[in-house]
Amino acid sequence: MPQHSSSAAGSSGDFPPFRQRHLISIADLKQHEIIDLLDRAERMIDISRQERKSHPTLAGKTQINLFFEPSTRTQSSFEIAGKRLGALVVNMSVKTSSVSKGETLVDTAATLNAMRPDVLVVRHGAAGAVELLSQKVGCSVVNAGDGAHEHPTQALLDALTIRNHKGMLAGLTVAICGDIANSRVARSNLLLLGALNVRTRVIAPRTLLPAGIENLATEVFTDMEEGLKGADVVMMLRLQHERASGKMIPSVREYYRFYGLDAQKLGWAKPDAIVMHPGPMNRGVEIDPAIADSERSVITDQVEMGVAVRMAVLDALLPARNQA
Amino acid sequence: MTSPLIIDNARIVDPASNTDQLGAVLIENGLITDLAIGGPAGVPDGAEVINAGGQLLAPGLIDMRVFVGEPGKEYRETLASAGAAAVAGGITSFVMMPDTTPTVDDGALVDFLIRRAEAQSLARILPAAAITKGLLGKDITEFGLLKEAGAVCLTDGAQSIQSSALLRSAMGYAANFDMPFVHHVFDAELVGDGVMTEGLFATVLGLKGMPREAETIPLARDLQLAALTKVRYHAAQLSTAGSVTLLEAAKSGNTKVTAGLSINNLCLNENDIGRYRTYFKLNPPLRSEDDRQAMIEGLRSGAIDTIHSDHDPQDSEVKRQPFAEASNGAIGLETLLSAALRLVHSGDLNVMTILRAMTARPAEILGLDTGRIARGAPADLILVDLDYPWQVTEKNFRSRSRNTSFENARMQGKVMRTLVGGKTVFMNEVQE
Repeated sequence: MPQHSSSAAGSSGDFPPFRQRHLISIADLKQHEIIDLLDRAERMIDISRQERKSHPTLAGKTQINLFFEPSTRTQSSFEIAGKRLGALVVNMSVKTSSVSKGETLVDTAATLNAMRPDVLVVRHGAAGAVELLSQKVGCSVVNAGDGAHEHPTQALLDALTIRNHKGMLAGLTVAICGDIANSRVARSNLLLLGALNVRTRVIAPRTLLPAGIENLATEVFTDMEEGLKGADVVMMLRLQHERASGKMIPSVREYYRFYGLDAQKLGWAKPDAIVMHPGPMNRGVEIDPAIADSERSVITDQVEMGVAVRMAVLDALLPARNQA
Repeated sequence: MTSPLIIDNARIVDPASNTDQLGAVLIENGLITDLAIGGPAGVPDGAEVINAGGQLLAPGLIDMRVFVGEPGKEYRETLASAGAAAVAGGITSFVMMPDTTPTVDDGALVDFLIRRAEAQSLARILPAAAITKGLLGKDITEFGLLKEAGAVCLTDGAQSIQSSALLRSAMGYAANFDMPFVHHVFDAELVGDGVMTEGLFATVLGLKGMPREAETIPLARDLQLAALTKVRYHAAQLSTAGSVTLLEAAKSGNTKVTAGLSINNLCLNENDIGRYRTYFKLNPPLRSEDDRQAMIEGLRSGAIDTIHSDHDPQDSEVKRQPFAEASNGAIGLETLLSAALRLVHSGDLNVMTILRAMTARPAEILGLDTGRIARGAPADLILVDLDYPWQVTEKNFRSRSRNTSFENARMQGKVMRTLVGGKTVFMNEVQE
C-alpha cells in the first residue's frame, strides 16, 4: 500500500481537478479517472485509520442519501464517508415517504433539489433511474446502485481491495461467479476491470448469464472448475434465491453443489487467490461459511475500502462542482 | 354544390393502378370524376385550378393503427386533435384502436365515435372494435352487431390474446362475418418483465430483455389458426426477421393473411434507446439493425403489406419515469410519411412501395373505397414535396402529446396539402 504522510492528507490539492459532475456509471469514466479515484481513496484509508478520522473538505456541504431500496451497509458507508469529510448528511429512505403516495421520481428530485443539497447519493430499483434523476437536479449525483445496471462505488472498492492485496491490477485474472444476469455489481466490475486490463471471467449456470455477456467479459464459463482455474481473485455474488428457486435454478442445494464456493472449488483457483463478496452473504447458498471466514477471504477489507472509496468520490466530485 | 376543382401538373402516383405519370385530376362533389394522365386536363367552366408544379399527388394515407385518448383520456388526445394531426401528416383515414375508457366493445360506442368523429375530426376515423370484452382476453364481443354499427375490423389493440382456444373461436366467428381480424402478438409469459429486446444492449443497460421468440411463437400459432378458420387475418405488427420468414411461408398457402409494420420498426433500432430514452420504449420493442433490414426486405418481397404510425399519445407523467416503469408508445401521425420517405431517400425502397403500404393495401384489407386515385373514388388526396427539408419540432405538433420518437429529427419530404372529400383540410405553412 502506498504510504502517505498524515499531513499531506490535509488537502486534496495535489490531485488534478476531477472533471465529472456525477458518478452514474463506470462506463462514463476514463482509465485515468478510475486510477485517480483509487489513488484518492488510498489517502482516505490513512485518514480513516487515524485516531481523529476527520478531513473536513466538505464542511458546510449537504449530502442527502436517497434510498428507494433499503440497504443498511451501503447507506451507512456513504453516511460515514460524508461525515468524515465534514458534510451534513441526511438519510432519506423513500419506501415509506412520498413515493408511495404517488409522487414520481422526477417530482421527488425537484423537491429535494429545492433544499439545495450539494450531493445526492441515490439507490433505486430501476436501471437508469439515477441517471434520470441526475438530469433534473442542480447538484452532483452518485449512483449507489440502480437496478441491474451499475453500482460504480462497489466496483471501485473491489478494485482498491484487489490492488492492495495483489499490489497491482493489470494482468490479474478475476472470476465473477453467480447471478450475473441480475447483478449491477458484476456489470460495474466488468467495465472497471476491463478498463484496467484485468482478465475477467464470469461463471454461472446459463439461466443466470445475460444475453451478450461474452462481449463484456473476457471469458464465459458455466463450469466452476474450468472457470476458477488460474484465477487470482474469486468474486462471489449474492443469489436472490427466493426469486430464482424453481425457475432459474431448481434448488439452493443443487446451486450450492455446483456453484457454491467451498474448499474444493477454491482449490481450483491459484493457491494465493483471494475471495470477495459484495455482501450481504447467503452463507450456505453461494459460499461455504468456513471460506467466508477464512484468511483467504477479504470481505471485511472490502467494507473498509468502501468507506475510503466513497470519501474519495465525494471529495472528487464536489470541488469540481464548485469550479463549474 | 361546390365548384369543380382541378389539380393540374401533378406527378400522379397511384399504387392501386401502378400509375406514376404527370397528369391532372378533376374533383366534383367530393369525388374524383376524371383523370387526365400524361397531359393537362380540360378545364370546366368555373373550376378552381391548383397547379401542383410537378409535386407528387397521391391518395391520402390510411393508417391502420392509431390510439386516441377519447373517450377517457382526452388530455392525451381527442378525436379533433388526432384528426388535425393526421391530416397534417397526409393521413386522410385512420383506424382507431379500441383501447379507450370505456373500451370500444359495444355497438353503441362505435356509433357514437362515428358520429362524433364526423363532427370533430378533419380526417376520417374508422373505429376498430375489441375482439374481447374490456380487452381482457376472456369473452368475445358481438362481432355482428359491431360490424353493423360500422366497426371496420376487430382487434384487441395493444393487448394480445394468450389463449389458443379463445383465438380459435374468435377467428372462426370473425370469419363468419368476414371481418378483418387484426392481432398484435406477444407471449406475455415470455415477455415477463422484459422491456426491450434481449441482447448485449439490454444487458449493458441492466434492463430485462425479451426474446424475439415472444413474438414468433404466438405468430406461428396465429398463422396456423388463421388457416384453420379461414379468417381474414392481419398480423398487426411484425418486428423480427423470424416473423417475416413466418409470413412468407404462410402467404404461400393462405391468401387471406396480411401483415403490418410500425414506422418505428422500419426507421429505428434498439440503439436509438441510447441511455434510457423512454420515447423509444415501444411495443413491439425496437429490435436490432438486422431485424430492421428484414422489415425493409419484407416490404420489398410483399411479406409485409402495410405501414402504420402506431400513434400512441402518452403524457410526460407516464414517460418521465425510469425506463422499466415508463409506458410504451410514441406519437407518429405527423411524422409517418416523412419518416417513411427516409427509406426512399436512402435508396432502400421506392416511392410506389411505401405509398402502396399506406394507401392501396390498407384499403384492400379493410374493404374501403379510398386509397386510390380513380374515377368515382372519394377525393382523399395529398400533394407531397419529396425533397422539402424540415425539422420535427415539439411545439408545432397538432397532437396533444409530445412523445415523438423523431424528436428534432431532420426530415426530407413533407405533405404540402391534404384534401379529404375534395376539401382542403391542411396546407403546409413555411416554418419560421
